[in-house]
Amino acid sequence: MIDRPIGYQATPDPVAIAELDPEQWLHMYEQMSKIRAFEEAANELYTSARMPGLTHLYIGEEAVAVGVCEALRQDDYITSTHRGHGHCLAKGATLDRMFAELLGKAAGYCRGKGGSMHIADQDTGNLGANAIVGGSAGIATGAALSIKMRGSDQVAVCFFGDGALGQGLFYESANMAQLWKLPVIYVCENNQYNEYTHNSETAAGTLTGRAEAFGIHTVSVDGQDVRAVYSVMSELVARARRGEGPAFLLCHTYRFHGHHVGDIDRSYYRSKEEEQWWREGRDPLKLLAGWLQEQGMEAAIFARIDEAVRREVEAAVQFALDAPYPDASEVDRHVYA
Amino acid sequence: MSMREPQFSLAVKNPGVREITFAEAVREAIAEEMRRDPRVFVIGEDVAEAGTVFKVLKGMVDEFGPQRIIDSPISEAGIAGIGVGAAMTGMRPIVDIMFGDFITLTMDQMVNQAAKTHYMSGGKLKVPMVLRTTMGATRRSAAQHSQSLHAWLSHVPGLKVVIPSTPYDAKGLMKAAIRDENPVAIFEDKMSYQLKGPVPTTEYVLPIGVADVKRTGEDVTIVATSSMVQVALKAAEILAESGISAEVVDPRSTAPLDKQTLIESAKKTSRAIVVDEGYQSYGVTAEIAAVIADGAFYYLDAPVKRLGAMDVPIPFSPPLEDLTVPTPAALVDLAKSLCGKV
Ligand SMILES: Cc1ncc(C[n+]2csc(CCOP(=O)(O)OP(=O)(O)O)c2C)c(N)n1
Ligand SMILES: [Mg+2]
Repeated sequence: MIDRPIGYQATPDPVAIAELDPEQWLHMYEQMSKIRAFEEAANELYTSARMPGLTHLYIGEEAVAVGVCEALRQDDYITSTHRGHGHCLAKGATLDRMFAELLGKAAGYCRGKGGSMHIADQDTGNLGANAIVGGSAGIATGAALSIKMRGSDQVAVCFFGDGALGQGLFYESANMAQLWKLPVIYVCENNQYNEYTHNSETAAGTLTGRAEAFGIHTVSVDGQDVRAVYSVMSELVARARRGEGPAFLLCHTYRFHGHHVGDIDRSYYRSKEEEQWWREGRDPLKLLAGWLQEQGMEAAIFARIDEAVRREVEAAVQFALDAPYPDASEVDRHVYA
Repeated sequence: MSMREPQFSLAVKNPGVREITFAEAVREAIAEEMRRDPRVFVIGEDVAEAGTVFKVLKGMVDEFGPQRIIDSPISEAGIAGIGVGAAMTGMRPIVDIMFGDFITLTMDQMVNQAAKTHYMSGGKLKVPMVLRTTMGATRRSAAQHSQSLHAWLSHVPGLKVVIPSTPYDAKGLMKAAIRDENPVAIFEDKMSYQLKGPVPTTEYVLPIGVADVKRTGEDVTIVATSSMVQVALKAAEILAESGISAEVVDPRSTAPLDKQTLIESAKKTSRAIVVDEGYQSYGVTAEIAAVIADGAFYYLDAPVKRLGAMDVPIPFSPPLEDLTVPTPAALVDLAKSLCGKV
């Protein structure tokens, strides 16, 4: 009998934390706060029936996207997932055009034709979110092949969930990445659930063992600690830029909300106690704010950032609500280039 | 250069033209494009030293090296996905899928990724990749190595699908496919690789989406694709002996489809048969027949007829396999009955 909730996972071994000045960590706090506020607003748009369709919230997992993307350059690539708003924002997308896309408006990143699960933004190296679970493993690996063939020092990052490890494409792609020493970093966001099923029911063996089988450099990290994610990621990126090949980063994390905005009653697959354990003790924003306060930063700073971010989000939501839908002539535009 | 005259005489007539095989034409096209554009590369199983199982790319690795003619693991989904990602980020990949039957393994990457990326990104991202693969039965390769599955990809908006029938078309269309900004799938009939035909020595590129009248005629239009063009040309010769003048029109691509040329031909002859080596049900013949029926209805003297591969898994046993593929004899019978000359 275990007396811990099943969703508890031992925190991975601590890692060496990068030496940054507090302002840089504070910037990461702001990025996480922005994602949190964005997702809360998206939830609100959904529950008030102002957003078409469904969306998958990233709340609870912010440290992964921010820690990873802060270690990247603008011209590095990412591929994202159905739970992708955090990745897009962390890579540099702006709030107004993100909301516009969520609402299917012409001002959205994809002229409203992509929606929540397909946000792509060439200017920030975002090759697109993907609504096919595991569907971007090939794309990210292909981007890495392209980088290598062009002689560039960019890197490609492939975000995916623990559930995507059930897809064969990952194994085909990872094999080639290691064979050809491609600069791709596979970032597995292990929030423990594949929709409504715990991954102990879907994955035999260990998650890291899958990448290790190919000889891929593999690291596990506490995905709630942005400092740890950033520090490890910086090393993996440097390694990839040096031509030392791919890496697999397993981030232990948790989504605080449902699988999607409509997933309200979750009692049949996880307990309230488990959710509470994560929300109270393992919130990435609280963890970073707590540490920065220990370093002497005043508590009021965080409230000020949260407030400023909230106002930005409100303005962006308003922009998106006011923005026009695409003209009907858009419907058969961009089928072919 | 017109393909309307009998092909064999052209080489003699025109000093700038020589006879080469379909396979050589494909190889020339890819090699020329690789010399012209350093972004072009080939990735696939046994493409380098082996030069593909059909030897189509033989010798290319000597010129371009294993960095640009890349032997991959047996991972069709993986290389299709890698092609999509490389294309999105500035390269011009040619993803080589050994047998057309194996495109089933690339379906998510082709249908949900390559085809939709440009549209879903609001026109920002592009996927200029080529997927080259094979089609065609009668090689005694049985059910999993003989299919013509081009209709699968033709069904999906965002993809272009090219099905060349002659060395000339194969070269010109391959070059166009490589230069195209969209994902283009090319299905090469594996039984046509040794087919010889005239190909100019000077460079040319053919537009994708333009049909070609392979033989002119007055009494019946035979729309024929890929391997079925030779079948249709043979049938036309036999029909001529019975006083039936058949026009053979080759769409050359199923997506985009040159509807106008097909409709015009059917209007002129007032009868049409569509022949394609894909399974008959829900296939290319059905689509083209519908296009003609719709566009030429008031000019037609008879219903549009179709001939596709028999709706069975392609059998191994040669006498059985031969029953599944449209033949000149079957076409002749159909054309005669359509023209009221049985
Ligand atoms: C190929 C495919 N199969 C199934 C689904 C339906 N689906 C959407 S999200 C999801 C669970 C994904 O779990 P995971 O990869 O762990 O990501 P998470 O939602 O936990 O972030 C499933 C099964 C899908 N979108 N694509
Ligand atoms: Mg998950």
